[in-house]
Amino acid sequence: MLLEVRGLGKKFGGLDAVKGVDLDVPEGQVTAIIGPNGAGKSTLFNLLAGFYRPTSGTVTFEGKDITGMKPHRTVREGIARTFQTTKLFDDATVLDNVLAGRVVRSKSNALDAVFHTPRHRRDERASKARAMEELEFVGAAHLRDRLASKLPQEAQKRVSMAQALATEPRLLLLDEPAAGTNDEETEAFGLLIRQIVARGITVCLVEHKMSMVMNLADQIVVLDHGQRIATGTPAQIKSDPLVIEAYLGANTDQAGAPA
Amino acid sequence: MTLFVQQLANGLALGGIYCLAAIGLTLVFGVLGFPNLAHGALYMLGAYLTFFFLTDVGLPYVVAILAAAVVLAFLGVVLERLVFHPLRNSPHTHHMIATVGVMFFLVAVVQEIWGTGFLRMESPVNGQVSVAGAQVSWQRIIIIVTAVVVLLLLTWFLKRSPHGQAIEAIEQDRTGAALVGINPSMVSMVTFAVSLALVAIAAGLVAPINLLSPGMGDSLSLTVFAIIILGGLGSLPGAIIGGFTIAIAEVMAATYISVGAGEAAIFIILIAVLAIKPTGIFGTVTQR
Amino acid sequence: MTNRLNPRLLGVALIAIALLVAPFALSGQQYLLRVVTTAAIYAIAAYGLNIILGLTGQLSLAHGAFFGVGAYTVGLLTTDYDWSFWTAFLAAIVGTTVLGYVSGLIALRTQGAYFAIFTMALGFLIFIIVVRWESVTHAHSGVSGVKFPENIGPIDFTEPATMYYFVLLFLAGAAYTTHALLHSNAGRSLVAIRTSEDLAKSIGVNVAVSKQLAFTASATIAGLAGGLFASLNGFIGPDSTGIDRTFEMLLFLLIGGLGTVMGPILGSLLVAFLFEMLQDLETYRFIVLGPIIVLLVIFAPRGLIGYLNELVPARFRHRDTTPEPVASTTVSDTTKDGAL
Repeated sequence: MLLEVRGLGKKFGGLDAVKGVDLDVPEGQVTAIIGPNGAGKSTLFNLLAGFYRPTSGTVTFEGKDITGMKPHRTVREGIARTFQTTKLFDDATVLDNVLAGRVVRSKSNALDAVFHTPRHRRDERASKARAMEELEFVGAAHLRDRLASKLPQEAQKRVSMAQALATEPRLLLLDEPAAGTNDEETEAFGLLIRQIVARGITVCLVEHKMSMVMNLADQIVVLDHGQRIATGTPAQIKSDPLVIEAYLGANTDQAGAPA
Repeated sequence: MTLFVQQLANGLALGGIYCLAAIGLTLVFGVLGFPNLAHGALYMLGAYLTFFFLTDVGLPYVVAILAAAVVLAFLGVVLERLVFHPLRNSPHTHHMIATVGVMFFLVAVVQEIWGTGFLRMESPVNGQVSVAGAQVSWQRIIIIVTAVVVLLLLTWFLKRSPHGQAIEAIEQDRTGAALVGINPSMVSMVTFAVSLALVAIAAGLVAPINLLSPGMGDSLSLTVFAIIILGGLGSLPGAIIGGFTIAIAEVMAATYISVGAGEAAIFIILIAVLAIKPTGIFGTVTQR
Repeated sequence: MTNRLNPRLLGVALIAIALLVAPFALSGQQYLLRVVTTAAIYAIAAYGLNIILGLTGQLSLAHGAFFGVGAYTVGLLTTDYDWSFWTAFLAAIVGTTVLGYVSGLIALRTQGAYFAIFTMALGFLIFIIVVRWESVTHAHSGVSGVKFPENIGPIDFTEPATMYYFVLLFLAGAAYTTHALLHSNAGRSLVAIRTSEDLAKSIGVNVAVSKQLAFTASATIAGLAGGLFASLNGFIGPDSTGIDRTFEMLLFLLIGGLGTVMGPILGSLLVAFLFEMLQDLETYRFIVLGPIIVLLVIFAPRGLIGYLNELVPARFRHRDTTPEPVASTTVSDTTKDGAL
């Protein structure tokens, strides 16, 4: 297992946002986390990426205990994430945005930059080359000198994926990669995610668009009220009575029943 | 014991001043989301305006304070319209820088009109009253009573009037308030007006017992920031509790230790609170 | 690509040349040379503020106080304790670095508004210590007779032009450091924090460490500038540490351009001349400058350099981020040559 989560819990002011979740993410696959709104999906992501500190349970990544590790360390360990509402450095160019993703793999420090050491130059060259590679990979290389804030939503999402990939992750957490995109674009993102997996990067995603989830996922984990209620292949999940109940009990319009 | 009662009365009076000033500051923070670094300068301006209305215009004391409050409330609306409304989509750093600009402008204007020296405002109410063996001046009693009355009026305003309710709604949940159709511009203006009126009343009350100088806002502004950090930025009960706590601590430290200790007490409290709990004692719990 | 046509480099070169020839152009006008030297010292301090405010986006209101601590360290050590300028200068740099680091430990537990308020309190605290601790700081009488740097071989620092070039050396260093930072991963971490702390975390930036470094570096640079100021001026009083200093530096930075490489120099020089022109109106100064600050943040938050950059044709604008090692080396080398 690439990622093993045992009994993970997070309380906010006495309320359980996530409670006793067990989760196994096998290497080289796509694991989708679904559930009604407020089921704790985003909280779970924030716990895995180190944005929140769990109140109970453990997270093990590549056999190493990373429970409660701060985000800058989980990224170094090889976990990258994107946000539900795409976040980019607005007043920077696309290339600079992706370059920022290289910070964590940089071996040179501020003094190297000031004294312009060979290490700094090597680092800069390698960073730029890698950033361009990732931009080409997501199909946004032609946008490299554009300001991030001036791009359409779909392009911003691609850039944010390139930024996450530039950190050289082993596990990529995608928070609603297809939110706010049309059907055609959703399909394109599905293809892109497959290509990411083909590079040997494990993907874990939260998504509401069931067509995408059913298409992509090797394994689906269903959360409801902060707890895991089911795990299985898309086929198993579709016919799970507990899952159907959770979705029918919740707001079906927003969540979209897994039909 | 007599000394203690006397100092307690002094502490309560000072606490009343601090509360009024701190509530003004915390309201602006709660609604607009940035600290008004010009608050101390506005307090100073309020004191000078009271002095002007009392001495030069010849209004009665209470009317002079009210006149100063009205002028500052109007200034609050002007500042909101001219400075902070255009900045509403900028980073908060820009708001703070703008408030620094306003602060220097106001201090320079007052220096120009009234000079850089100290001014003494004659106490309009003389005499003392004996409370539990201690002599307490009427001015201090007026301060305490006025502060309580203003606090009650403010509570009524925030709970009962539509504008007040809107301010409370925005303080508690900005996006929610926008959803239920509260006009944020209007609320910002009202908030500034109320905030500046409160600080003017505080300054008008304190003017007879303190000397006036263009720098008088500096130390107050630090004290008031210490109070709202202690109480939690944006929290009204926090500002009231913090105001009295700091005032009494300051007066007692100055009485029983030394004047310097009174000043230092504020810094020690401020730094300790920030070091231990960076969002204040009553600060809203961020979801982390 | 044709480097010589890049208007950005042209601008940098023009400023550099103007600064280099200033002593010759102003020969015989010692007073004006002194004004320019003072402006250059403020520009160095503004570079310090630029690192924490311009790059990292944290409003530090203690900056003037750090400048004052540097100035008082050099001032007191070279007079009351008769140290040489050089050792006192070193002590000022080390001292403000330590002070910046230690206060940063507390300050950076806070965020946004709390950080601004904390640094404002820190600034006042330092100011009050200077005013109250009379036995050491001489309070309002100030410190006079601060030493010039002692001669190094034939180099005589009492010569105004020599002192000017000495200051210019540090100014060039500060400008170059900013440039180098902006084009490095360390600088990108800071800019990432300014734009979005959450996003910065998610790409692996150690926000706490980066902020601490930026704050410490800004204090160091302010202290260094303060030390130079004490020596050049010969006299320092409590107002060298006050929040007015912080405000002036903010003004330089805003006028020049927050977070830019040339903004602090341009802003400081322009305001220095503005101050000279408004000199007879000493007290009116802030009546004019207060509203200017407000207008700047509303209408031109990127300052002059930001505005000029928008005029630069797009093909030059992001040149230094092109992945051609040759191009980026050229940019830095030119700055180095031009600045020194």
